[in-house]
Amino acid sequence: MSIAASARSTLVRASKASSVRALGGLTAVRTKYTLPDLPYDFGALEPHISGQIMETHYTKHHQTYVNGINDAQEKFAAASSPAEKVELTSLIKFHGGGHVNHSLFWENLSPTSKAGGAPPSGKLSEAINDTWGSLDGFKGKMNTALAGIQGSGWGWLVKDNTTNKLSIITLPNQDPVSTTQYTPIIGIDAWEHAYYLQYKNVKADYFKAIWNVINWQTGEKRFSS
Amino acid sequence: MTEIYTLPPLPYAYDALEPYISSQIMELHHSKHHATYIANLNKALSSPKASNTQSLVHFNGGGHINHSIFWNNLTPASSEDAKQSAAPFLTQAIERGFGSFSDFKTKFNAALLGIQGSGWGWLIVKDGKLDIITTKDQDTVPEETTAIFGVDMWEHAYYLQYLNGKAAYVENIWNIINWGYAERRFTGHADGEFRELKAML
Repeated sequence: MSIAASARSTLVRASKASSVRALGGLTAVRTKYTLPDLPYDFGALEPHISGQIMETHYTKHHQTYVNGINDAQEKFAAASSPAEKVELTSLIKFHGGGHVNHSLFWENLSPTSKAGGAPPSGKLSEAINDTWGSLDGFKGKMNTALAGIQGSGWGWLVKDNTTNKLSIITLPNQDPVSTTQYTPIIGIDAWEHAYYLQYKNVKADYFKAIWNVINWQTGEKRFSS
Repeated sequence: MTEIYTLPPLPYAYDALEPYISSQIMELHHSKHHATYIANLNKALSSPKASNTQSLVHFNGGGHINHSIFWNNLTPASSEDAKQSAAPFLTQAIERGFGSFSDFKTKFNAALLGIQGSGWGWLIVKDGKLDIITTKDQDTVPEETTAIFGVDMWEHAYYLQYLNGKAAYVENIWNIINWGYAERRFTGHADGEFRELKAML
């Protein structure tokens, strides 16, 4: 199982365990989330994403979301009233979402010396062409969507689970993609911390450059899953 | 295209807030980020019938208002205005409203660090009562409230200097709050500001 898939299923398991405890007062062993291994070195995405950005992003930001979800989960388990639990759901969504989103993101990036930047093939490629005319047509629309995010957030290429159609969505902050509705194919982090040290306010250059390190092989696997 | 809104000059040099906010941050923040909100606001206003005009005016107009207040509610640490004694009425109201200045600061810092994503933290007054609120993205403080001072919690406000260490940014910004300006806003001098633009948000 991929790191991201395992992160997702752990999150689901954990929330189920919490509900069981909440309803039945059972004691269950809580799963502690941990930072997944990065599948390449910090400097491996240079010059498109700097080693300093990758290191800070992974060891500090992602770690903070992991700590945050573990902490929120513990507080949720200890909370005695429904009101206290409801109060904690925002933290669970934020930090849990941050953990899920970053886990997916690391895996849909790759050095150009490996899969990075090589265009998609097969069914995913066909679906992109059917929807946007060409890969470049899709990239243009995705970059416009990313540039239009007002604040922190993410852009996603997603597959609708019912119709199998591709579309582009953006989500604020760390809101995760609804996996009942969609399968996330490729995610792009549009938080300032994802690019600021290298690109400063010129985020359009980051959105242009990131296509050189997009791992379409991961995208294909997700698309056909 | 007529330039309706223009970038206000910064009331101090880019390096004047060092070491608490670096000159590089201030220059980018003012000459690039704030300037872009204004450029995009003017652009949105020039095509009022586009389907996303309202959202663009709300976001970019809010960005212009928020940054305009922010520059003025900061001041070099060596200035007289950076001393809390420059805000006697406000200090009294803070102590009355929050128990003590230290309790207020703790609560304000917690609010800033609790923002999930981009946004601002504000000390506001509404019907004579002080409160701490946060606004997301470039939302401005609600109608009928006056911002006394604000702290920008977008990552671009601190990242080049503090990276992910936003708690240190939040702690350091207290050295450069312009209490003289905050006192003037508290005593009614901000009434009616940005009236026309606020009505469009």
